[in-house]
Amino acid sequence: MNPDTLFSRVRILGAGVDVLGDLLVRDGHIVDFGGSLGTPDGATVIEADGAVLCPGLIDMRAALGEPGFEYRETIASAAIAAAAGGITTLAALPDTNPAIDDPALVHLLRTRGEETGSLTILPYGAVTRGCKGEELAEIGLLREAGAVAFTDGSRAIASARMMRLALSYARGFGARIVQHPEDPSLAVGGCATESEQSTRLGLPGIPAAAEAMMVVRDIRLAELTGGAVHFAHVSTGEALALIRAAKAAGLSVTCDTAPPYFDLNETSIGDFRTYAKLSPPLRKEHDRKLVIAALADGTIDAIASDHQPRDADDKRLPFALASAGGSGLATLLAVTLAHVHNGSLSLSAAIDLLTARPAALLGAEGGRIAKGGVADLCLFDAERIWKVEAGKLPGKAQNTPFDGRALEGVVLGTWKRGKRVFG
Amino acid sequence: MLLHRSAVFYRQKHLLAIEGLQPPEIGQLLDLADSYVLLNRSGKTQRDLLRGRTLINLFFEDSTRTRTSFELAGKRLGADVINMGVSSSSVNKGETLIDTAATLNAMHCDLLVVRHDQSGAPNLLAQIVDAAVINAGDGTHEHPTQALLDALTIKRRKGRIAGLTVAICGDIAHSRVARSNIHLLTTMGCQVRVVGPPTLIPAEIADIGVTVFHDMVAGLAGADVVMMLRLQRERMTRGQIPSAREYFRFYGLDQEKLAYAKPDAIVMHPGPMNRGVEIDSAVADDPLRSVIKEQVEMGVAVRMAVLDMLSRGHRRNES
Repeated sequence: MNPDTLFSRVRILGAGVDVLGDLLVRDGHIVDFGGSLGTPDGATVIEADGAVLCPGLIDMRAALGEPGFEYRETIASAAIAAAAGGITTLAALPDTNPAIDDPALVHLLRTRGEETGSLTILPYGAVTRGCKGEELAEIGLLREAGAVAFTDGSRAIASARMMRLALSYARGFGARIVQHPEDPSLAVGGCATESEQSTRLGLPGIPAAAEAMMVVRDIRLAELTGGAVHFAHVSTGEALALIRAAKAAGLSVTCDTAPPYFDLNETSIGDFRTYAKLSPPLRKEHDRKLVIAALADGTIDAIASDHQPRDADDKRLPFALASAGGSGLATLLAVTLAHVHNGSLSLSAAIDLLTARPAALLGAEGGRIAKGGVADLCLFDAERIWKVEAGKLPGKAQNTPFDGRALEGVVLGTWKRGKRVFG
Repeated sequence: MLLHRSAVFYRQKHLLAIEGLQPPEIGQLLDLADSYVLLNRSGKTQRDLLRGRTLINLFFEDSTRTRTSFELAGKRLGADVINMGVSSSSVNKGETLIDTAATLNAMHCDLLVVRHDQSGAPNLLAQIVDAAVINAGDGTHEHPTQALLDALTIKRRKGRIAGLTVAICGDIAHSRVARSNIHLLTTMGCQVRVVGPPTLIPAEIADIGVTVFHDMVAGLAGADVVMMLRLQRERMTRGQIPSAREYFRFYGLDQEKLAYAKPDAIVMHPGPMNRGVEIDSAVADDPLRSVIKEQVEMGVAVRMAVLDMLSRGHRRNES
């Protein structure tokens, strides 16, 4: 049995809780918090005056290199990066090789997560076999095996008929369909937001409307089927306006975004910087501001890392041939905090977007500070300054779009079921 | 040396793009190129200038014209010129690019002329190799020496560049020649128009400082220079235009449309031409209007000037 851990004089924050005081952990659970708690015999005391203690982050969208792309990242290396980023639960995308379209693979991922000792992996199940968009995967059996929701990962479910079937069928199992909102026939061949910049660089563009078109279609299909749709990494103001209206109309529509879409804009690709090649592509400044506004007004339900590990060979290519995607586990918290520091978001709203709200969407354990609740915790200094450097990030995937970005906010420690796994 | 100036404005290591160059840099390259025109016509040579230097023509796309022009320019200045053609279809393009760069570095190449079908490929190479990299056309991004030779042709014919109205016509969206020319001509004070069907005009190009026209008559009205672009056959297979004959009818340059430009307007084309698609032979071969052959001559002089300028850093270090 682990000794007790007492966090002394910290700011305890999360899902309606915001108090200064102590928090006591015993046997992997939160025993008590708030005010001054006595120190039990043999307890490990964490003194962190002024630091913030929040629930371990729940990252609702991350790609793992396993199975099939171990040269990019293994689950072990992702777990190291996650712990360093304060993440204790991660929902893993199913467009791996093989795709997560078989119940045995759902079990495998859950087990591999347990084996890390620091990270709960919640697998997404594939919507279609092999994530190919052609025939439905065994959504019922995958759900029974523990798939938290269904998506084809980085591939949009292109066919309206297939999306209708998926929403309709998954509804019977109370499962949500997570869409990569991009009309593939309009985006085909594109590698950057269509704009003056893509014109200057001579790069084939993807119009921002490709996102809104898929969102408007799928909102209609959610209405038609009564199914639940979730739009991942939403990046345009137009799509967010549609989602806002759908929510107001009472439809079962939710969405997330990722730090690149509220912290960076298209200018980051500058001189063909492939580390800033993402999918969806970084947008115009106008859209970035609208993403911030939608975080602040609650339209966006969660901030996910959208972690996509790539190795140097995937990225050291001419821009259009380079693989899209950025690593994001280690920077998720600090990039979000940048927008607390600049006044766009309150600290408690930011933490909820990283913990309680994604936990609710995924039906995940944790994400709250509660007596008797699991002691998945993240302790951070919101003010300490550091600089993101590709090559020096924890874990294997170094393809950060934030290379060179100075940030305020350092994870001091991460606890998984009461056990310290980082710091 | 032909240019005895204390001030050398061009301080870049490479020539990757026209975008970002300042008027004095462009002006000086053009002046130097102009002096090479005279030298070439006089039959004299400058074979000591690049003696002992290695110039590699690295072409991932076929191009007889540009490759030959660089080869001739290098040889006239005394460089050892090697042509490397790399088929981009037979192998994985990315691996070839990185592997080739490593090989070239081991060979101690001084000047690397690169053409590639991907935008930004020369930028990537420039990060890896020690040589000065000259972009000889990358994807739909830029073709800087083409813009310089076009500017030199205009300057010699018109006596100036600033203040002219230039209409660039055709497939703007997929043209690196158009982009480099737009940057150069707007930087040097021209009024630049782009003319073409909406499906071949790229997004938000007006924000770069050009005026967009979809009608040839309006676009050519009062123009001093009419610059035609080559139409790639694949634009038809991909459905951006319905047919060659329809394209010629509305966007092909014939005497009738040219009549709307200024009476002394010159006609340019980067070649190779699709006669009867974007340009009528009667215009292309009209000695009073067409400067297409002169562009080819200017090409050699401009490339000599670029090779000369980019080697100056080395020469300074040695002296």
